[in-house]
Parts: sequence; structure tokens; C-alpha cells
Amino acid sequence: MDINLMFYLIPSLIMFCCGVYGFITRKNMIAILISLELMLNAVDINFVVFNRFLFPGELEGMFFTLFAIAIAAAETALAIAIIINIFRVTKNIDIRDLNKMKF
Amino acid sequence: MDQITSVLILALPLCMFLLLGVFGNKMSHKMAGILGTLGMGVTLILAYSTAFTYFFSGSELFIDAAGNRLQSVVFDHTWLAFTDNLVIKLGFLLDPISAMMLVVITTISFMVHLYSLGYMHGETGFQRYYAFLSLFSFSMLGLVVATNIFQMYIFWELVGASSYLLIGFYYTKPSAVSASKKAFIVTRFADLGFLVGILILSFYTNTFDFVSMTSNPQNVLASTGGAMFMGGSVLTWALVLIFMGGMGKSAMMPLHIWLPDAMEGPTPVSALIHAATMVVAGVFLVARMFPVYLMEVTALEIVTWVGALTALYAAIVACTQVDIKRVLAFSTISQIAFMMVALGVARDTIHEGVGYMASMFHLFTHAMFKALLFLGAGALIHAVHSNDYTSMGGLRKYMPITHITFLIGCLAIAGIPPFAGFFSKDEILVAAFENSPLWGIWMTAVAGLTAFYMFRLYYRIFWWNEPDYEHHGHVPHDAPWTMTLPLIILAAVSCVAGFIPFGELVSWNREAYHIHLNIPVAATSVIVAVCAIALATVMYRKENSLPDKVANSVKGLWTAAYNRFYFDELYLFITHKIIFNLVSRPIAWFDRHIIDGSMDMFATLAHKASGAIKGLQSGNIQSYVLIYLMGALLIGVVTVVCVVIL
Amino acid sequence: MFENILIYFVVIPVLMLGGLALCKNIKQIRAVAVVGSLALVGLSIALLLGYLEQRAAGATAEMLYVDSWTWFAPLNINLAVGVDGISVAMLILSAIILLTGSFASWKIDPLPKEFFLWLILLSIGVFGFFITIDLFTMFMFYEVALIPMYLLIGVWGSGNKNYSAMKLTLMLMGGSAFLMLGLIGIHYHSAPEGQPLTWNLLEIAQNNAIDRNWQYFLFPMTFVGFGVLGAMFPFHTWSPDGHASAPTAVSMLHAGVLMKLGGYGCFRVAIYLMPEAANELAWIFLILTGISVVYGAFSACVQTDLKYINAYSSVSHCGLVLFAILMLNTTAMTGAIMQMLSHGLMTALFFALIGMIYGRTHTRDIRMMGGLMKIMPFLAVCYVIAGMASLGLPGLSGFVAEMTIFVGSFQHTDMFHRVFTIVACCSIVITAVYILRVVGKLLLGPVQDKHHLELTDATWWERLSTITLIVSVAAIGCFPNFFAELIKFTFSENIFKVLGMN
Repeated sequence: MDINLMFYLIPSLIMFCCGVYGFITRKNMIAILISLELMLNAVDINFVVFNRFLFPGELEGMFFTLFAIAIAAAETALAIAIIINIFRVTKNIDIRDLNKMKF
Repeated sequence: MDQITSVLILALPLCMFLLLGVFGNKMSHKMAGILGTLGMGVTLILAYSTAFTYFFSGSELFIDAAGNRLQSVVFDHTWLAFTDNLVIKLGFLLDPISAMMLVVITTISFMVHLYSLGYMHGETGFQRYYAFLSLFSFSMLGLVVATNIFQMYIFWELVGASSYLLIGFYYTKPSAVSASKKAFIVTRFADLGFLVGILILSFYTNTFDFVSMTSNPQNVLASTGGAMFMGGSVLTWALVLIFMGGMGKSAMMPLHIWLPDAMEGPTPVSALIHAATMVVAGVFLVARMFPVYLMEVTALEIVTWVGALTALYAAIVACTQVDIKRVLAFSTISQIAFMMVALGVARDTIHEGVGYMASMFHLFTHAMFKALLFLGAGALIHAVHSNDYTSMGGLRKYMPITHITFLIGCLAIAGIPPFAGFFSKDEILVAAFENSPLWGIWMTAVAGLTAFYMFRLYYRIFWWNEPDYEHHGHVPHDAPWTMTLPLIILAAVSCVAGFIPFGELVSWNREAYHIHLNIPVAATSVIVAVCAIALATVMYRKENSLPDKVANSVKGLWTAAYNRFYFDELYLFITHKIIFNLVSRPIAWFDRHIIDGSMDMFATLAHKASGAIKGLQSGNIQSYVLIYLMGALLIGVVTVVCVVIL
Repeated sequence: MFENILIYFVVIPVLMLGGLALCKNIKQIRAVAVVGSLALVGLSIALLLGYLEQRAAGATAEMLYVDSWTWFAPLNINLAVGVDGISVAMLILSAIILLTGSFASWKIDPLPKEFFLWLILLSIGVFGFFITIDLFTMFMFYEVALIPMYLLIGVWGSGNKNYSAMKLTLMLMGGSAFLMLGLIGIHYHSAPEGQPLTWNLLEIAQNNAIDRNWQYFLFPMTFVGFGVLGAMFPFHTWSPDGHASAPTAVSMLHAGVLMKLGGYGCFRVAIYLMPEAANELAWIFLILTGISVVYGAFSACVQTDLKYINAYSSVSHCGLVLFAILMLNTTAMTGAIMQMLSHGLMTALFFALIGMIYGRTHTRDIRMMGGLMKIMPFLAVCYVIAGMASLGLPGLSGFVAEMTIFVGSFQHTDMFHRVFTIVACCSIVITAVYILRVVGKLLLGPVQDKHHLELTDATWWERLSTITLIVSVAAIGCFPNFFAELIKFTFSENIFKVLGMN
């Protein structure tokens, strides 16, 4: 059996959809953050795979993924910090209760 | 006739007004009164000398070789230029009627100034009173010497305003306030007609100038080019509208309602403004424009009808009133209507336009004897402290001077020879008969009524039954000399004024015209008057029940006349119910709720719209994402579908 | 730049702003306000004399003191200035009202410094508007005059002031939106193909390049835009609420001067630049303004708040201004300008007096007051004089202005216009009704409220303020020809092309 592009893209699509689903439905902010990471990683996989199959001579996709991983790490740290701070103030990290930023 | 004199005639009263108006409250009463009277006295002398020069100097400025008097414009200063031709000028036009009016106004005004020294003694606002009197004299003098119709309109308005101020002199009295308001608004309404008339006339003739209009009335007629408007010629409309202004000031029916109420003012004011001078402004206006009126007989017929109806109406009402000033007010309305009828029946083709001369003659004599009657009434009110004749009676013993002078006034107005009113009224009746027997008989009947109600008043005041004066604390007595002197002078004038050869001085085309008595007409009118006086004597000389019986036998008519045929109620209905409640209030409501409401509605709509879409900005991040996702999906699906279809 | 006298009309208020910023107490603030506005009155009189001198020496140019300084070259925006008789008259009016307004707000409280700062800023807008002939700069000054109104009413007002301030500002801004559209449209058609575009009024009029079809669009835009400020029916409802809530000096300035910006703009921009459209579309606006005249007067008849009465009377009188402008003939338009002067002075006098009465009785409801003539004779007499001016007593300004308008309008050859003139004439009767109603209820009759007996008559600064206005009103009323001649020059047929069309 020949391993082609689809073998990677379909799992990453499933991963991405899981991430979206989790992002929309989960109420716990940590879980939302995890969903977010899931989506990010799905995209990372795509980058790597497209690089490997479509432009084997180049490395831009790989590097982009590395950048994305680094930035995602920083971003996660930031998000966790915000969540912890919110928890300190409200003793609660349920997203439904955090709708102060409206009209 | 030099310019300085004529300027002074106008400037002196004006300066007096400014002086007393601004510095009045720093002066003593006496000072203010004497200043005002002196100022008027000087004006009187100047006006007399002007009139004398005009009539008797024989200068070629004032009379031509054929003996026709000329119109002389002493000065004419541009005040406001609308266009090259339409220019308001302030000027001084000297011709027979303006010279005559100068004499009338200054005489009566001076008498009233003098009389008021006694009558208004000790009143608060004495200085203000004299200031207003001066303002009125200024406006009235400016009105009669106007060289153009707009100058007349200017002073016409000023006269109205000073009348407003004087009627409302006792400004803390609500009845005086509402009377002054009524007078101003009713005359203002009439002035609207005057203004529109001026606009129409000036639109066609392209001039305001009296001399150029009246010296060539054919041109005025020609300039309209026979234009018609709603069934009448444009000139008729203009003249009738101008006459409407005159109806307002001269208290012609149906715009007469302000005059009886105007008696709320101090009595000398009534004598000056509402008997002798301002109320004849309407007559003067028609007389001034008379050659133009001759071009449109329809307009003159309207003048006649209005005048005749008013004369009859006012005479009937005067028979029933109990307030002596109101009787005199209605008698004034009736007498002014006589003058209007005289103008209305005058034609250049009939008897050399005798009606015009008669009207002016009656204006002159009426001013004298009506001022006399009003000042006499003032003396009575001063003595009895009531306007009501039921609290008078038998006063002939207590106030002999007032009695004699009042009797002379009554005889004069009743048309008994040789008093002044006889001569002028006779000329009016002659003019009326020569126009049509209808008017002759009509006016003779009104003259009879005049004699009746005047003697009714006279007997009720000076005879009838004497109330218990002692009981009220003081016995009435004659007034001080400042008040009786004017009475005596005016009574003397009323005795002799009829013998003035008036036709020699005033006629419609300014040709000398010789008056001669028309014996049948004169005899009829005298007989009618004497009968009326006799009837009044029977009914009112001694206290009896005859008046009540008469009143009861014609109860409906009597009550209606007593209530002045409900004109006031009609006006109240129109102003309050219709203008205020059916026009103003709905408009105000419409403005607040519909116009402003629609503006507010825009604001509310914007507010609502923002309220409606703000739910999207819920603060719930997950719903943002969901919406975003759905949107992206939708766009994707649509794109795909489009691609597939195409 | 500073050798042109006109620029000082903006410079002096700016200096006043600086001076006010340095002030430490109310005395200094008053001193700055009075000295500055006196300087402006002096300046405007100097301008009048200079202007008359130049005209007497035979200057026939349309505008005098013309100058232009580049402001933003890429869009050809300049600070272009120039005056004709009308602007001179308007500048004098504004200066007098600013002076009397300063006196009328002698005891303004709280925040006197801020109040005067905004007031002076507003006056910069007003003066700037009357001196410029560059459409863009004109619009800028126009906005400068409008915006401070919001704060002046919102902070120092009375009654339902937030609502009123918001309403006034929003409605006027709505007008500005139309106006902006119109002005930009004019700019893009200001010159024939291939020539540089311009904002300069005189050049636009010279080029006369606005295409007829565009005029049909731009004329209503500009006319309505300015008409909103001129209280044109049905865009007048900001006026009663705004005036009722505004503090005295602001009412004076707003009704006295700011509303004149509307009328002035209507003829200076809308009619002057787009004569063909003005000629053909005038009838629509004639109907609206004719309604204004009668409708405002009727509405005033049943109001009970003194300021509402005066605001509706302003609607009626300002309606007459626009009405006369639309008659498109020399006499009527001269009358319109005189009516602007007359109404400005007289309504400022009214608002000043109402403010003074309100300051004493703490009510503006005429049903609550009565017999004030006995208590405060000076103010009452002034009120009667103002009323008489308003109802058109000869010798005061209202009469000459109204008569010029009526006579001028009636000279129109078209029957429609003449009939409408008669309708407008009816307002003189209705005006008498509501003026006398107020005078009768408020000033005459018995004293209504015993507490009022303790009130005092006018203070010296109040007397100064009212007497200045009365003298001005009487000056116009007694010597109208001087003002008519001053104004009339602009409305000659070679300048106002539209006049040649009838």
C-alpha cells in the first residue's frame, strides 16, 4: 500500500474538526485551550506534509511549523497566565461566566 | 409756510414724549403736566398759524388764480427706499383736510392736556400719562399730514400703539388690560387689510404718493389694466381692503367691538382718541383717497352700506346702555358712520360732491361736541365716582357748568339749530337724499334715534330721580377750573362752529363751494329730532315706569341691543373656540407630536436598530466562533454551488 | 497677513481664549470678556466706516478687503476672506450680541471660565463664517460654531438639558451632513473641464460652471443644510427645546447670530452659486417657509413657557427671512437681510430679558407670573419695547424689515408668489396676538405671586445689556435707509445673476 497525501490529511482534518468542536462546545477554559492547540497542531501537520509531498526540495513548511510550535508555546503560556489570573479573581474558569466584554 | 414750523409741529410732541418718557419719573407731577401742556400749547399755536396761512394767506403756493386750493408738500424726506419708485417718505402735505385736521387735533389735544391736569391729579403714572398723550398727538399729527400712503400706515400703527398704551393706562386692572389688547388686535386685523390694500395698489400704480394718485385717478384705474380677481376688479379689492383698515380704526361694524371696551382708559383719553381724533382716521383715509374711490363706485357703495348699517346698529344699542361712557362710545360709532355714509354717497356728478364736504364738516363739528360730551362725562365720573347713570340723577343743581355745557353738546349732536351738529348733519342728509331716497330716509331715522338716546342720557344724568348723595359721603360739585375751562371753550365752539363757511374751505376737488341750507331736508330732520327729544322728555324727565314698560314690550330686541347684539360673544367664540382651540392648539400639538415626534422617531429608530443588532456582540467567544464558522461554511457552500452551476 | 483688518475678527477671540486661560477669578474673566467684545464692536464699526469709505471712493468690486492665504495646497483650500455690506452688517450684529451676551452672563455659575471659553470659541466660528469666502473654511467655521453649543447647553443649561443639547446638536449635524455633500459637490463642479477646482465663492460664481442637472441636486442639499440652522419647517424643532434649555447668553447668541448663519448661507452659497436651480426650485421652499411663518406664529399663541413662545416666534420670523430670500428680487432680499439684523437684535433682547426675569422668579411659566410691571418696571418696559419691535411697531426694527419683505415680495410678477405673500402678511396679526397675550399676562394685571413683590429691578450690567440692544433696534427702525443702502449693493443684477432671470 502506497502511503500518499490523504493518509496524513484525513487524520489532520479529523483532528482539526475535533479541535473546532471542542472549542465551541467545551465550557472549561483549559479544555478550550487544549482544543485550540489541537487545531494548531492539525495545521502544523498539514504544513509538514504539504512540504514533504509537494515541494520535497524545499524546507519552508518545516521551518514554518517550528515557528508555529514556538509561538504556540508562548501563546499557551500567555493563555494559561490569563486563565490563572481569571481563576484568582472569580474562582471559576467557566467560559459562560466570562462575557463581560460585550456591547 | 416754512419747513421749520411744520417740522416743529411734529417734533415738539415727539420730543415731549421722549423727555417725559425717559426722565418723567425724575420730575414732579406738576412739572410733567405743565411741560406736556405747554408743549401742546406751542404745537397748537404753530398748527393754527399753519392752517391760517394755508387758508387765508392767499399765497400762490396754496391757492391758484381760479380760487382752487392746492396741495402743497412742505417737505418730503426719504425714509426708506424699496425701489426707485416705491419710496417711503416722511413729509408734510398741506391741503384743506390736513390743515383742518391739524386744527382739530391740536385743539382737542390741548383741551385734553389741560383737562387732565385736574382729572388725573394725583394718579400714579401721571408723567407716563402725559408722555403717552404726547406720543399720541405726534402720531396723529403725522398721520394727517402724510404725503404718501405708507407714511400714513406708519403713523396709523403708531396711533394704534399709543391708543393701546393709553387704554391700558390702569394696567393693574384686568379689564383695562384686556380692553387694550382687544383694541390693538382688532385694529391690527383691520390693518392687515390696509397693508394688503397698499401692496395691491402700489403693485399696479408703482407709487405710494397721495398727490400723484389722487391728482390723476384715471391713471390709477388704467394701471390695473382691468385686472380681475375673484369677481371684482383689482382696484375695487384694493380700495375695499384699504377701507377695511379704516373700518378698524373708525370702529365700523363688524370691527367696532373694541371701541366700547376702550372706555376702560381714562376719560380724557376717550375724549381725545376714541371720540375726536383717532377714530376719524378711517374717515380721513377714505377722504384722502377719495378721487381714487370715485373711480370704483362699487367700493363707495360698500362704504355706504357699512356706514349705514353701523349707524343704525350703534344708535339702537346706544338707546339701551347704562354706562354713560358706553352710550357716548356707541354714539361716536354712529356719528362716524354718518361721516362714512356721507363719503359713500358722494359723487363728483351729484351736487359737486357735497357728501365729501359734509363728511369733513361733520368730522370737524363732531370732534368738538363729542370731546365736550366726553369731557363732561369725565367731570361727572370725577364727581360721582361711577360710570353708571343709575348712580346719577338730578345733577343739574350740583354741577351747573357741567350741566349747561353737556346740554349744549346734546343739542349739537341731536342736530338742533343753531348748534354745530345741525349744519353738518343737514349737509350729510342732503347728500344722502341726493344719492338715493333710501339713504336719506335711513339716515334721518338714525338722526332721530341720536336725538333720543342723547336726551335719554341727559335726562337720566341731570333730571330723573336724585339718589341720596349725602349718604355716600360727599355731595357732587363742579370740577376745578382746569376741567371746566375746556368744557366752556368747547361748548362755545359747538355753538358757533356751524357758521363756519366750511364749503369755502374744504371740498373734494378743492374748489370753493357755497353751502346753502336745503330747507325741506333741514326742516324734516329738525322735526324728527324735536319729536325724539320730546319722547325722551316724556320717558326720562321724571322717574316713572314708562321706560321699563317700553323695554318689556320689545323684550327680545331690548335684550339683544343691551347685549350689543352679541357681537362680543361671537368674537370670543371665534378667537377662543376657533382660533385658539381649533387652530393654535392643534398646530402646537402637531408640532410637538408629529413634527418633533418624527424627529424623535428617527432617534428612537436608530436606538432600536442598535439595540436589535447589539445581541450579536454577546461577549460569548464560543458563539462568535460558531457564527464565524457557519459564515465561512456558508460562503464555501455558496461558492461551490456557484462553481458547479456555472 | 495681519494687514487685513478682517483677520482680526478671528485673532481677537483667539487672544481672548488665551487671556481667559490665564484668568484666576471671575473679575478677570469678566474683564477679558468685556474688553475683548468691546474691541470686536470697535473693530466692526471701524470695518463699517472703512467699507463705506471705500464704496464712497468708488470701489465697485463685489467684495472688499479680499485676501487669500493658502492653507492646504493639494486640495486648493485657502483661508480666503472678503466682505460686502451684508457681511459687515452681520459682523456688527455678532459683535453687539457677543458684548451684550457677556453682560447677560455676568453671574454665570458654575465654571465661569469654561463657560466663557466655549462661548468665545463659538464666536470664533461665527466671526470666521462671516468673513470667509472659501467654502471649505466656511464649513469649518460653521462646525466650530455648532459644536460648543452641545456643551454650553448640556453643562450650563436648565430643564431637560441633556435631551435638548443632544437634539440640537444632532439635528444641526444632520443638516451639516447635507451641507457637506452639497459643498463638496459644488467644489467638484466649480470649474470648467480642465481647469483647477476651487473652493472660492467668487471664483465659482465667476466660472458659473455648475451643470444645471447637478444644480437640481446640489441646491436642495445646501439649502436644506443651511435651512436647518435657519429653522426651516419641518426641521425647526430643535429650536424650541434648545432655546428653552440653553443659558441666557447662549440663547442670545444662538437665536441672535447662529440662526443667521443659516439664512446667510442660504443666499451666499445656495442661491448665489446656483441661480438656475434657485429660480426653478424656489417654489418648493417657498411653500415650506411660508408654512413656517404662519405655523410658528400660531404655535406661539398657546405656549406657556416664555422661551418656547420666543422660540416659536423665531421660527416665524426666521421663516420670513428664508421666504424673502426665495422671492429672488432686490427689495425682498434686502428685507431678508434687514429681518436677520432686526430679528437678531430683538430676539437677543427677548432672551436676555427672559433670562433676567427667570433669574428672579425662577419660573418661565406665564401662568405663574403677573403684574411684573409694578415690581420690575425697567425690565417690564424693555420687554414691552421688545414686544413692540417684534410685532412691527414703526420706529423699531421689526417694522422696516417686514415691510421691505412684504413690499418686495409683492412685486413678484407671479400670482402664486403674491398670494403667498398675503399669507405671510397674516403673521403680523398673529404676532400681535401672542405678544400682547404675554405682555398682558406677564407684565400687566395684578401681581400673581406675593413672593414676587420682594424682587428687585435690573442691575447696572443688565441695564447696559438691554439698553445697548434697544438702542440698536431703534437705530435700525429710525434710520432704515442707511442699512438698506448698505445691503442693497450686493443685490444688483450684475452680481446676483439670479435677479436678472425674472
